[in-house]
Amino acid sequence: MLSKRVIACLDVKDGRLAKSIKFVNTKEIGDPVEKARQYYQDGLDELVLYDITASSDKRDIMIEVVEKVASQIFIPFSVGGGIRSVQDATKLRMAGAEKINVNSAAVKDPELITRCSHAIGAQSTVLSMDVLRVRAGRAIPSGYEIVINGGRTRMGIDAVQWAVRGEALGAGELVVNSIDADGTLEGYEIKLTRMVADSVGIPVIASGGAGKPEHLYEVLSEGRADAALVASMVHYGEYTVGEIKAYLNTRDVKIRMRY
Amino acid sequence: MITIVDYNAGNLRSVKRACDAVGIGSELTQDPEAVIRAERIVFPGVGNAASAMRTLEETGLAEAIKTAFYKGIPILGICLGAQIILERSEEGEVFCLGVIRGVTRRFALKNKTLKIPHMGWNEVRVEIDHPLLNGIQTGDEFYFVHSYFPDPADPIHIYATTDYGRRFCSALGKDNLFAAQFHPEKSGRLGLEILKRFAAWEGSPC
Repeated sequence: MLSKRVIACLDVKDGRLAKSIKFVNTKEIGDPVEKARQYYQDGLDELVLYDITASSDKRDIMIEVVEKVASQIFIPFSVGGGIRSVQDATKLRMAGAEKINVNSAAVKDPELITRCSHAIGAQSTVLSMDVLRVRAGRAIPSGYEIVINGGRTRMGIDAVQWAVRGEALGAGELVVNSIDADGTLEGYEIKLTRMVADSVGIPVIASGGAGKPEHLYEVLSEGRADAALVASMVHYGEYTVGEIKAYLNTRDVKIRMRY
Repeated sequence: MITIVDYNAGNLRSVKRACDAVGIGSELTQDPEAVIRAERIVFPGVGNAASAMRTLEETGLAEAIKTAFYKGIPILGICLGAQIILERSEEGEVFCLGVIRGVTRRFALKNKTLKIPHMGWNEVRVEIDHPLLNGIQTGDEFYFVHSYFPDPADPIHIYATTDYGRRFCSALGKDNLFAAQFHPEKSGRLGLEILKRFAAWEGSPC
């Protein structure tokens, strides 16, 4: 049987590591390559590098970061943030990323998912979605709405419906990121994760809210996620990846333990 | 020196990077002559079996790989490279290199909760001892991404198996050929160790 995956997300701004709290006030916390290597040695199963660089003229810095990471860690990793075209995706693949994440650009141009999927394969095309809890209604039956621009712009699209459509368009995996839970360290949005996981046939990565190992256990069992994303809880040294995995192992979650 | 067969089949540079990291010299080549003269060959691949076979035949690399195999050059096949060494593939219903008898089949999973592709870390269980699998313990996991799997006709070619809805062959081989359905170059330390053992392997299966 496949193991559940623990994935660490590194937000990268101008080539440096940053962690956003509620998507505002980014605070630099170090070198992404060094962090990636540390997590790799600690038994990380997969890595996400998320480019939050604002200006497009600094985008090539990210290619350098991807190349450096690819030469030092030998587990799959994906890159997201600001991918608007197949060319962006292909360039990052060539630099060594196993997968690419599309997010806002795919909301505005859903066919981007299909074009990426044809160019680099469904298994390398990840649809990442930022989701806000709202009052359920006719337009948003699940009570979860797709947002872009770091949560500032509501799109009037139901998150569960968008997940189903993303799969149909060619995404091979989904990242479901709760804006409400992000940065709180109070646990994942279990209900949202489970609704999405029960609606699609592709793997679901839960994101936003991880503060302690129990949170991963909840989302990987009750939330039915295939993988759980962590950020702050490992970036600031409160937990190591190895400790999280050891905990999950004691809770009988199938996890890769020898690395 | 490891010669990596370059036939536009996906992430070849990741194999090269992994070789670099463990101090193994490697080069990419598209030249059939270089393949026949190689000391060791890595035959990687991600993508579609039918289009890969077309490219290999058009470039002369298909013949070169077979010649290299019969010359006794140690060969490591990875992912698609572990599938198209069989006689044919259900992916595009294409005839393949036929170095080992058998067919590459698609996962036909009755259990709807199992997702295709089979993507992620899974256990590789050694069925027949092989120098490249030395040191692998019960429970050791490797990274997979695939929708098809190799199904050799004769179990003497099945070196390791993995469970995903069913038991399937995750490492196979014959004589100087060893092939893994998983990705040693993406499987952390345990995967890099397979590359290191390959770099020192004389090409004998036992």
